[in-house]
Amino acid sequence: MQVEQKIDPVANNLWHVISALEEVKANIIHKTQLLGKHVSFSKTDTGIPCVWHTNPTDVAGDAVDLTSINTHLAVQHRYGYIWTSLGNPTEDVFQIPEYAENHRRNIHAATIGVHVSAPRAIENFLDMGHFPYVHTNILGIEPHTEVKEYDVNISVDETEILATRCLFYQPMASAASDGGSDVEYVYRVPHPYCSVLYKSSALDENRMDVIALFVQPLDQERVRAHMMLSLLDVDNTDISIRAFQQTIFGQDKPILENQFPKRLPLDPRMETPIRADKSAIAYRRWLSKKGLTYGVIPVAA
Amino acid sequence: MLEAEQHSWYPIAASTDLPFRHTYQGQLLGQEFAVWRADDGYVNVWENRCLHRGVRLSIGINDGHELKCQYHGWRYANRTAECTYIPAHPADAPARTLCNRSFTAVERYGFIWSNGTPIGKMPKIKELENTTPFALRGIPINGSMDLVVTALKEYSFQPSEKVTKQGAQTNLVSTEYGVCILVSKDGDAATTALFFVHPLDSGRCVIRGVLNTTPSEKHKLDVLKHHNQLLTLLRDRIEAIANLLPTRAPIIPRVFNISEDSKHLSKPASSRPDAALRVQVAKKWQTAEGITGFKLVSIEGPLPTYQPGAHIDVHMPNGLIRQYSLTNGPGEADHYTIGVKLEMESQGGSKCMHEQVREGDVLAISEPCNSFPLRQDAIKTIFVAGGIGITPLLAMSRALHHSRLNYELHYFVQSKAHMAFPDVLESQKDTLVTYLGLTPDQTGNQLSVILKEYKLAQHLYICGPGPMLEITRKIASNLGWPEAAIHFEYFKNTNEIDDSSSFKIDLARSAMTLQVPAGKSILDVLRENSIDMPSSCQQGACGTCRLNVLEGEPDHQDVFLNESEKQNGKSIMTCVSRAKSKRLVLDI
Repeated sequence: MQVEQKIDPVANNLWHVISALEEVKANIIHKTQLLGKHVSFSKTDTGIPCVWHTNPTDVAGDAVDLTSINTHLAVQHRYGYIWTSLGNPTEDVFQIPEYAENHRRNIHAATIGVHVSAPRAIENFLDMGHFPYVHTNILGIEPHTEVKEYDVNISVDETEILATRCLFYQPMASAASDGGSDVEYVYRVPHPYCSVLYKSSALDENRMDVIALFVQPLDQERVRAHMMLSLLDVDNTDISIRAFQQTIFGQDKPILENQFPKRLPLDPRMETPIRADKSAIAYRRWLSKKGLTYGVIPVAA
Repeated sequence: MLEAEQHSWYPIAASTDLPFRHTYQGQLLGQEFAVWRADDGYVNVWENRCLHRGVRLSIGINDGHELKCQYHGWRYANRTAECTYIPAHPADAPARTLCNRSFTAVERYGFIWSNGTPIGKMPKIKELENTTPFALRGIPINGSMDLVVTALKEYSFQPSEKVTKQGAQTNLVSTEYGVCILVSKDGDAATTALFFVHPLDSGRCVIRGVLNTTPSEKHKLDVLKHHNQLLTLLRDRIEAIANLLPTRAPIIPRVFNISEDSKHLSKPASSRPDAALRVQVAKKWQTAEGITGFKLVSIEGPLPTYQPGAHIDVHMPNGLIRQYSLTNGPGEADHYTIGVKLEMESQGGSKCMHEQVREGDVLAISEPCNSFPLRQDAIKTIFVAGGIGITPLLAMSRALHHSRLNYELHYFVQSKAHMAFPDVLESQKDTLVTYLGLTPDQTGNQLSVILKEYKLAQHLYICGPGPMLEITRKIASNLGWPEAAIHFEYFKNTNEIDDSSSFKIDLARSAMTLQVPAGKSILDVLRENSIDMPSSCQQGACGTCRLNVLEGEPDHQDVFLNESEKQNGKSIMTCVSRAKSKRLVLDI
């Protein structure tokens, strides 16, 4: 299906992740897509990223002299990723203070392509009810299916949604216990296409593991999802941690790709929200209020 | 797309596409379907989208009675497409209005026929009546419907009996309504073939062919191969032409609003007496000493879906209305079964059912209403039934049995002869424990044993006579069962109702203030002022007329709410309960 590629000003002026910096080869052309536009990118020998609108002569894999690129897009290097914008971002990239904390491992876990809109991917990330069905025996297990009451707040300046007191039963919650128990989650949505999840850790009661999802909208109905972890775990190898996250995301992918319509409907009458979807309800309203239209079906006037 | 095409019948799948407990993804004119056959043979054709988050139901699980969504486990009933269970909120009964969009379907001539917006009945095809139709394998083609129809006119084949020979003469008989009817003759052998073109989208079709007679076993495979080869060649020709033509824009299926549709589907909450359904007594039998079973079947159309624990209001010929729990197991879509105990002090309700109602009679009943919902997220569920209280618990235990969940069914009953529905109990025998003719003290001792070990995520469901219910609740509570894990349903409220108080009610949403005088219930006053309120038992036992209390102190006189619910004062049964404060603010 031909998807209309009109970019709304809100999405246009946001910062978007296009790649993990560690996956970029210096002085070599890489190509991707953002909001329906082709962009090329690379980094210098010292690791400074550079992003520009793809030139007709750009061939992925070719060497490039970055000093010859005259017009480039706004760029930032944060949390190990290249952030860029097609417009003029008015705000800085949102904060993840834990990233800079001591005794944490920051890992780029995966970049996975999904045939779905960015807001659908975010909503799935906020959802606990699917754990027993989609992540069976890992994040949930039948018959422990109840989503208990939790709190959702929108920050005073309306820049961020926060869901707290989210508890969900997890089998084998930690290596130390042989039975399951409730695990606590905190969800932040600081950006229409990004979310940060905090999960209680068996290793330290006072600190939480952080899993951030940065969704790159290739177009209205296609994304690349970048996952960043900031963990307290000292035992597991990077490979096993990545494999775990990729397993989880691999379970979500076929579900997301079978959602219809692919764009997120903002009219509450188009789907059936229940109490467990409190954070998704807040998210849809928040997007509506922002006037974001890219990747959603706006409420008909 | 042409409007006429939206109203025509198309074969959207072959019968063989629906093997046991499979779910098939169909499509017609851009609209996707989830097509599945239940164990009772009924073929469901639904919009391919879960009401909750739009996930395709064709990737869902067909358990023979219900289709379960892969994403959050929502379940939808065979025939009615009503949502029966939402696992994220196991303590709540889903609203009756949650219903998927379903399409008319007819299974005939080896195909499933449906259409987008049904008009009229599926016409009979005379060439296929009184014959043994033989469906050919469907051939999908990347080409538009008109290209396919044009090509089919030139199709020529051998009659089945001479399938291995050559030189038959094929004549086009008709192409009315896009159906190509061809007859192949070779000497005295003749076969009629009908080809239906099933448009998936603007540029994709499936050729669904059917022969008027099933070939002999000897020729069957050859006939299938013969047509498969010919149709594959036809496909190659069509696709070669289609590739040269500009691509047509796909048909964008309309995405309907679900809530509005649900509103449209559900009847407005009507005031009592709501007896929307007419059922016929198909069978009346004595199922136990003093207990009569009734099998009720629909007079027209399918019966609404029930959830385990649900009851119906039966409007009796003598004008009385009584509530009876459904005992049905999962998937029994074509009837309701109830058990009626003849009460010694009957005011005429159970007496009328026992003596006056006969097989063949028509009864007016309400749609099933569930105020005793069953959680299906327990590690273990314990059912305690006393006498006729077995009825809702039978429906519940059968539901858990079907889902292979862990439960025990404890049945306290006077004697073996008093055990209701013995044939159904037989199916529960692995988990059934019966206690015959125990004294109250013995019953108490047994209950202490049954309930001695409370563990997290265990749930207890009790139904039986008032005194037994009281004692069971007390024992469970003493043994550490939290109130939230104890679920009960009284048959009736034996409390004497004191309606001598008078007070004011403020209706928060309707912006009205009304006076409730002595002798009238809140429900009476609401109804007198044309406020729509559902209700059922009218004695504070069933929970149908529950309202939320925003301010004021209720004077609870019901047996539906548990103690902590009564103490926190957040809800009220408007048929019997009143106010201790001068004023109540109600959320209506």
